[in-house]
Amino acid sequence: MDLTSLLFWLFAIFMVVAALLVVGLRNIVHSALALIIVFAMAAGIYVLLNAEFIGIVQVLIYVGAVTILILFALMLTRIGGHPRTNPTNRQWPIALVICALVGATIVFAELTSPRAIANVGTGAGQLPTGVSNVVRIGQLLYSPTSYSYVLPFEIASLVLLVAIVGAIVIGRED
Amino acid sequence: MGLTLNHFLILGAVLFCIGLYGAISKRNAIAVLMGIEIMLNAVNVTMIGFSFFNTVKVHRPDGFGNYAQYLTGQIFAIFIITVAAAEAAVALAMIIAIYRKRNTVDVGEIDMMKW
Repeated sequence: MDLTSLLFWLFAIFMVVAALLVVGLRNIVHSALALIIVFAMAAGIYVLLNAEFIGIVQVLIYVGAVTILILFALMLTRIGGHPRTNPTNRQWPIALVICALVGATIVFAELTSPRAIANVGTGAGQLPTGVSNVVRIGQLLYSPTSYSYVLPFEIASLVLLVAIVGAIVIGRED
Repeated sequence: MGLTLNHFLILGAVLFCIGLYGAISKRNAIAVLMGIEIMLNAVNVTMIGFSFFNTVKVHRPDGFGNYAQYLTGQIFAIFIITVAAAEAAVALAMIIAIYRKRNTVDVGEIDMMKW
């Protein structure tokens, strides 16, 4: 087993165990800390797949901002007195069955679909050497002359603006 | 054992189901949000897996080097991260506003639309 496979299995197993801890732990602050591990392992997987820029963006935004946001929201909405701050519904067995069915459907569709997996290789289709990942993502996002995703980029900036204004208006005291 | 696309797809599917279980069976609204974040990360793993293993060549007539065949999944992932962060901010602002009014964030108890 070479280093890449070993790292993948390490990241994958830690990620799945941490996700199970997020949904399973009794204390919700412990769940938020396990969520940090999920995000960090995802960033590791992205770096493994030659997506270093996305890995760093993941650490900055998810581990850095979203986690702190969740912890602040937990701090501001503390429910005192209960030893169990992350309770589960009474319908959790039905939820378990539904999630197992959804998972089985997705895995079945992925493994037996004749179309979608026909065009994948073994990872040989990587960026040509001498080219940086960040430079080419920049070209794909911003370039006005060649094929680029500049319109979704502008729309995403509008989404962020609306989210900022909305969060401030909803969250202020009046 | 070489890594294939199926490894990443099945990892994405497993994480998606764990996030789905957290989103539909938790009573704390912030725990529901954490389940949704796990689901979005699962989708991101799938996207970047597809971007790495893709062999479809996109033929564009422009003279510039076209890197969409290598990096489309990563562009998708950037937009998913962007929208997920924005949605987490707005959702947490709403949860804090609801907590100020009702003094609870239990989704089972926020069941009346009229205050």
